[in-house]
Amino acid sequence: MAVTDNIPEHCPGPTTEQAGKASACQGCPNQNVCATAPKGPDPDLPLIKERMSSIKHKILILSGKGGVGKSTFTSQLGFAFSNDESIQVGVMDIDVCGPSIPKIMGLEGEQIHQSLSGWSPVYVQDNLGVMSIGFMLPNPDDAVIWRGPKKNGLIKQFLKDVDWGDIDYMLIDTPPGTSDEHLSITQYLKESVIDGAIIITTPQEVALQDVRKEIDFCRKVKIPIIGIVENMSGFICPNCKGESIIFAPTTGGGKKMAEDEEVPFLGSIPLDPRIGKACDTGVSFLDEYSDSPACKAYLDIITKIKAQIKD
Amino acid sequence: MADTLATHLAGIKHIIIVLSGKGGVGKSSIATQLALCLVQGGNKVGILDIDLTGPSIPHMLGLDGKQVHQASSGWVPVFADENKNLCCMSIGFLLQSKNDSVVWRGPKKNAMIRQFLADVCWGELDYLIIDTPPGTSDEHISIAEYLKDIHPDGAVIVTTPQTVALADVRKELNFCKKVKLPILGVVENMSGYVCPHCEECTNLFSTGGGEAMAQEFGVEFLGRVPIDPSLTLMIEKSNDDNATLENGLIKIYTESNLFKVFNKITDKVVAKVIT
Repeated sequence: MAVTDNIPEHCPGPTTEQAGKASACQGCPNQNVCATAPKGPDPDLPLIKERMSSIKHKILILSGKGGVGKSTFTSQLGFAFSNDESIQVGVMDIDVCGPSIPKIMGLEGEQIHQSLSGWSPVYVQDNLGVMSIGFMLPNPDDAVIWRGPKKNGLIKQFLKDVDWGDIDYMLIDTPPGTSDEHLSITQYLKESVIDGAIIITTPQEVALQDVRKEIDFCRKVKIPIIGIVENMSGFICPNCKGESIIFAPTTGGGKKMAEDEEVPFLGSIPLDPRIGKACDTGVSFLDEYSDSPACKAYLDIITKIKAQIKD
Repeated sequence: MADTLATHLAGIKHIIIVLSGKGGVGKSSIATQLALCLVQGGNKVGILDIDLTGPSIPHMLGLDGKQVHQASSGWVPVFADENKNLCCMSIGFLLQSKNDSVVWRGPKKNAMIRQFLADVCWGELDYLIIDTPPGTSDEHISIAEYLKDIHPDGAVIVTTPQTVALADVRKELNFCKKVKLPILGVVENMSGYVCPHCEECTNLFSTGGGEAMAQEFGVEFLGRVPIDPSLTLMIEKSNDDNATLENGLIKIYTESNLFKVFNKITDKVVAKVIT
């Protein structure tokens, strides 16, 4: 009784002419979706490809688990890249139901402007542009109660209708899981090529379990894995400097998982309450607290990522 | 639809949904602790895990690798203790390998949730606790829709204290209002960490944010739960020596400090549900 048993044995495939109509489709929960979805290649894909042609590198930030620091890492990576004024950086937040990027990057309350060439991203500084659904909500507390198709539609618009200009690094922040958002972004960017994914985890087994699923997902959809980052590993008490383990790596943590899965391990970032504070106030942690051990860990990881992504 | 659901859910007295807009704040750990406290209080409890792409409940209850059995009346949930007071259902029990990803779009997720509600023979339960993924999307809309006529008792909202998490959780509160799901209260998790070396309490993710939010939205604040690494260790232990486990997790949990903290929260939830 495995989950894959759910797929009808003679499923014609969701993009075929027979989708939803074959006899095998009877009783399949996807029958209606398959039968009504437009067939043939998506007419928007060439438009996305055109728009994305001005973007050199596209990096996904992924994790099967929520709250491990995807958005924090994305934003710090964005800040760090953009410290070099000759590099153009874009941050795209495709977490539609829980967008954190606007707050973490100090852009809360900003709005998106529309021009002839499309939506303009919101800029932190000249070479760091950001796009998120957070900029489109009339009230920041509004819930975005959307099922998959609406979320996919918005992601498509972010790729197709945003006037990004020339970008060296596009960082794409994602929600946790392996569902609509993740499938859509990989499908829409299939022809524009994703450089790879950075996978974030925390050290405890309950998080690693979900993250292994994300690695499995990357393999299924053929996204290269740039490496694993272990966040929130260890904590140094600001009072006595004693170290303690908050999320115990009982099964070896991110490093062991990277070894087992044969993907690069990029490093561990210790817990520093000032990281959370920097995110809450929307400033760059790396600039504000450059003395923190976490800052050094971040910079080491960023150097490794840069080395992996060659022009 | 409502009829088929009603048959298997008929023996359940109370349904509580654990929600949060933010991931990794401890929904599954709160759902588990709530269940453990309720069991300790003499109740029969079930946990339904509708986080399909990141199921954590099997691991939380020390049930990694267990399988669901099919009976003539439907799926039999997996029991976590000898006395059969705590049972659960999760997609984690249906995967061939626990590392397999479940790469599904909305409609398949919705169908699975519906199947969980319609086909699992829960039997007589005092409480069914439903653990959810983060967000306000397919899983949440579906569970609210499917349970509409059954009138769940309400939602326990979990948050951590930092502003970034609260921003997403506020959306979840508004979601509950929109779908008319009563809010039982807010739990602030990971609130402070006591250094084992010097007893100094550090607020790793700030503190007090959950309570302030509860006040602002006019909902009950159920309490704050500190970061306690011993919970992770307890869970790992119960996963390790599965064979020697008799009432294992329930027993070690009720002897821990967290139990005292969480029992108060459970009492408040029970008081809200019973009246």
